[in-house]
Amino acid sequence: MHIPDGFIDGTTSAGAAVVAAGGVGATLRRAGEVLDERRVPLAGLVAAFVFAVQMLNFPVVSGTSGHLLGGALAAVLVGPAVGALCVTVVLAVQALLFADGGLSALGLNVLNMALVTAFGGYAVFLLARRVMSRTPSSVVAAAGIAAAVSVVLSALAFTAEYAIGGTGTASVATVAGAMVGVHVLIGVGEGVITALVVGAVLATRPDLVWGARDLAIDHADAALVAEEVVA
Amino acid sequence: MKGVSRRMRLGFGAFIAAGLILALVLAFFVSPSASGDPDGLNKVAIDKGFADTEKDHALGDTPTAGYEVRGVDDDRLSTGVAGVIGVAVTFAVAGGVMLVVRRARRTSARSVPLGS
Repeated sequence: MHIPDGFIDGTTSAGAAVVAAGGVGATLRRAGEVLDERRVPLAGLVAAFVFAVQMLNFPVVSGTSGHLLGGALAAVLVGPAVGALCVTVVLAVQALLFADGGLSALGLNVLNMALVTAFGGYAVFLLARRVMSRTPSSVVAAAGIAAAVSVVLSALAFTAEYAIGGTGTASVATVAGAMVGVHVLIGVGEGVITALVVGAVLATRPDLVWGARDLAIDHADAALVAEEVVA
Repeated sequence: MKGVSRRMRLGFGAFIAAGLILALVLAFFVSPSASGDPDGLNKVAIDKGFADTEKDHALGDTPTAGYEVRGVDDDRLSTGVAGVIGVAVTFAVAGGVMLVVRRARRTSARSVPLGS
């Protein structure tokens, strides 16, 4: 999903960089309000973990792979603002150190893979939780659904950018159909990975899951329930 | 930590350490086996004829470009080492950014304590 230099024209890329910078600025302010001593190393871990899992491309259909985006996962674990910052750091490291994702496209990529997935994914997570029971297993299921949807939202964000400043000749409708089609499949993988990771954290340290803060239940019981979910 | 059951099995430091070890293991041992096929966006770009609009990356000649460490001839080892470097750098940068953000904007009255 990393956009290289050239797919989207310079004007649109620069505009996206301005929007992304504004978004990251807002998340920095919000992060300053919610970060406590323990969430600092926790956010570092979430970023490092997302980096590692983003390397694990899995096959989806013939000749196509996908990998975790991680924005929804990070949002459920440390909140959408800190989560978006985590993925932003991942994207910056990938672009600067590993030449993955164009430098001129960094704003586009932060928009699509950090901000849209973390905030869009977290909105879906909250909606899904609203219609489910207040249990750890619901948190796991809602995280999985949110992650799956977040990948499609990210694909739609790219499509919008292609519509505004795409340098290719393919029609927007063609690109939209192809992007959504393949990213629904990648979204299934994102959902499964996200549910497994959230389930594992709920099983070991449920108190560290931002999206489960409202569960006023004994943490050890939560761990037992989450273990059943994972198993 | 108030509000946390004494039956809690894993301490906070141990949790962070375990998570980092898992990330390093995935990056070093598993990432060399990841699919090398184009990802969703790149496949769409190829199929719909705009892959050739891609321009060379400005940092494409750096020692770790493309998740391969220059000087390490073995492909799997090269990818694995690049992954380990990435995990370490990402943890340090993200942790550093969070630390600065917390120090700069500390408004303890509004912060949400963990485990509450």
